[in-house]
Amino acid sequence: MKNVIFAGVGGQGVILASKILMQVAMNAGYDVKESEVHGMAQRGGSVDCHVRFDKKVYSPLIEKGTADFVVALELLEAMRKLDYLSPQGMLIVNRFKVNPAPVEAGLAKYPDDIESWLCSNVPRCHVVDTTQALKEAGSNRALNIVMLGVLSNFLEFDQKAWEEAIRQSVKEKFVDMNLKAFNLGKSITVS
Amino acid sequence: MQKKVMLGNEAIARGAYEAGCIVAAAYPGTPSTEILETIAAEYPDIKAQWSPNEKVALEVVAGASVAGARAMAAMKHVGLNVAADPLFTFSYTGVNGGFVIINADDPGAWSSQNEQDNRHYARAAKLPMIEPTSPEEARKYTKLAFELSEQFDRPVIVRITTRIAHSQGIVTLEEPKKSELKPFVRNPQKYVMIPAHARPRHVFIEEQMLKLKEYSNTSELNTIEWNSKKRGIITNGVAYQYVKDVCPDASILKIGVAWPLPDAKIHEFCSNVEELYVVEELDPFIEDYVRALGYNPIGKEIIPICGELTPEIIDMAINKKRPKNEIPVYSGSIPGRPPALCKGCPHGFVFEVLKKLDVVVNGDIGCYTLAVLPPYSAMHTQGCMGASIGMHLGFEKARGDEMARNSVAVIGDSTFVHSGITPLIDLVYNKGTGTVIILDNRVTAMTGHQDHPATGRTLKGEETHELDLELLCKAVGVKRVRKIDPKNTEEFEKAVREEIAAKEPSVIISLRKCILTK
Repeated sequence: MKNVIFAGVGGQGVILASKILMQVAMNAGYDVKESEVHGMAQRGGSVDCHVRFDKKVYSPLIEKGTADFVVALELLEAMRKLDYLSPQGMLIVNRFKVNPAPVEAGLAKYPDDIESWLCSNVPRCHVVDTTQALKEAGSNRALNIVMLGVLSNFLEFDQKAWEEAIRQSVKEKFVDMNLKAFNLGKSITVS
Repeated sequence: MQKKVMLGNEAIARGAYEAGCIVAAAYPGTPSTEILETIAAEYPDIKAQWSPNEKVALEVVAGASVAGARAMAAMKHVGLNVAADPLFTFSYTGVNGGFVIINADDPGAWSSQNEQDNRHYARAAKLPMIEPTSPEEARKYTKLAFELSEQFDRPVIVRITTRIAHSQGIVTLEEPKKSELKPFVRNPQKYVMIPAHARPRHVFIEEQMLKLKEYSNTSELNTIEWNSKKRGIITNGVAYQYVKDVCPDASILKIGVAWPLPDAKIHEFCSNVEELYVVEELDPFIEDYVRALGYNPIGKEIIPICGELTPEIIDMAINKKRPKNEIPVYSGSIPGRPPALCKGCPHGFVFEVLKKLDVVVNGDIGCYTLAVLPPYSAMHTQGCMGASIGMHLGFEKARGDEMARNSVAVIGDSTFVHSGITPLIDLVYNKGTGTVIILDNRVTAMTGHQDHPATGRTLKGEETHELDLELLCKAVGVKRVRKIDPKNTEEFEKAVREEIAAKEPSVIISLRKCILTK
């Protein structure tokens, strides 16, 4: 069983990233399930998608302590998902901050030590810098697909399979843009 | 056969299409909204529509059914409260064409004002209810619901929850049945519920429910999966999937017919296992029933009533363990990320003014309910669709018209059309003097930008008559009606001051498009 969580802020596109992952897994012959969040939480709240694939999948939700990957598009959102990681699980986190409403309103503080804390406390933690990739992709909206590209380096599917899944999952006019973002993400070196 | 990854709600739309559904109606509501959106986008032959509210949607679907069409209404759990009046009596009239109601509960209240368990409606209204555990079953059971409806002359409720509606899985696509109208035969004894007709229909319903009990006992929707008999778990809906993951050795009675429950299968299962559990989200609906049959399962003493279930909750409750990593707990404070109004949201301008004026705000259901939170903290009551205006009048009745000088009701355009018109009539009729602010952003925003009667477009994107809110308010007797762009904050503030000071009913239409509108 492979368990992957995408975590982010409403509007960052975690649903599309998980849709492409589901498609690539289904094309490879796996059973897949996923769970996502719609509605009020999407208005700038924390959102996540759980994706699972194996020969047979029952639950659409990942049990805490069993995620192979947590892919976080934002630092605070990574913190909220740590208890989902399995002991061998890998955290891939974008070095990026989005202030929650209470921080914007001056009622709370965005902690400044998140990145260093994650690096010293999560056994398999990869902080990635997507700034350059997003610049080349031409839009910050490509972040979800750039992060999917980063994740792809750790999964079994080959480049052709990913390309096919992207073609099946996005409207034709957005295929090239998403392929580019995916490849930019894939080539980011993770330390 | 073709297979596709689909959202539970998309799978329900597919099921309706495959069943030859002819008419579908709904009012948007998370987690049910995508059902009708998918029908409109993917299956253009189905006559699909947004109705002003769930009651009307259910009545349109009832009419279509009596007229001979297979028809489906979809709504969230609280939507069925609005539609409860027709629900209980269409149970008496029964159906002609298959009549299906999709009901989406929201355990965890992800996007709702409560966590009610609508299985109680099936029992109370004497209607069969079936429950899928996955998107594939959502497609199959929706299709089956049309068959059952015609076979047993009952509207059939398909109950899903958020984690079925908004989870994806692989769905098998089958060929659609050709949609055919059944003949409409005038039959007032069946379709006009005067007392003399209702009494014999009640007898008929009780007979049908006995037949449905037999169906429930033999249906493959209620399945015993024998495994170790040391532990037996009765479960339903998405909880079934969690149980399969965390208790792989247990025997399972999977309940797919939520009502009527299968007595014979429950007896067979319970008398053959050593430890008996019931794992269900929300209320002990199955558990109480199993107890009434004479068994003593472990249920709500370890499985929470409140909130949605998760695999780890069940793992902890039944197995007293869960997998865990070694990551330490962060000692600092992680600020929460509550949902908030978007930057530039027109509601924001309104609530800045209301906060400044420090008035009591009777709120309603929509994105703008978020004004209860900082930075606005400018909402003081809210209950259900349309409640703002009735409560606003109630405040005035309780505390005198001085109260109306220091308070307002706020309600969105779509919510106003849904349930705000009758309380506005009440406010005028019963000599209220309050001010209602209609937050008109020209769309049903929170559920993801659906049209409604005042946008002048239908679910299918066709042009239609645009309901004129200003004329409507005048027609019900409000003489002071103003339309203002709230971005002109000064003018808006002045208007609010003047209207709440006026000792007669008034409406301010705060007109500005949702910032997310393309």
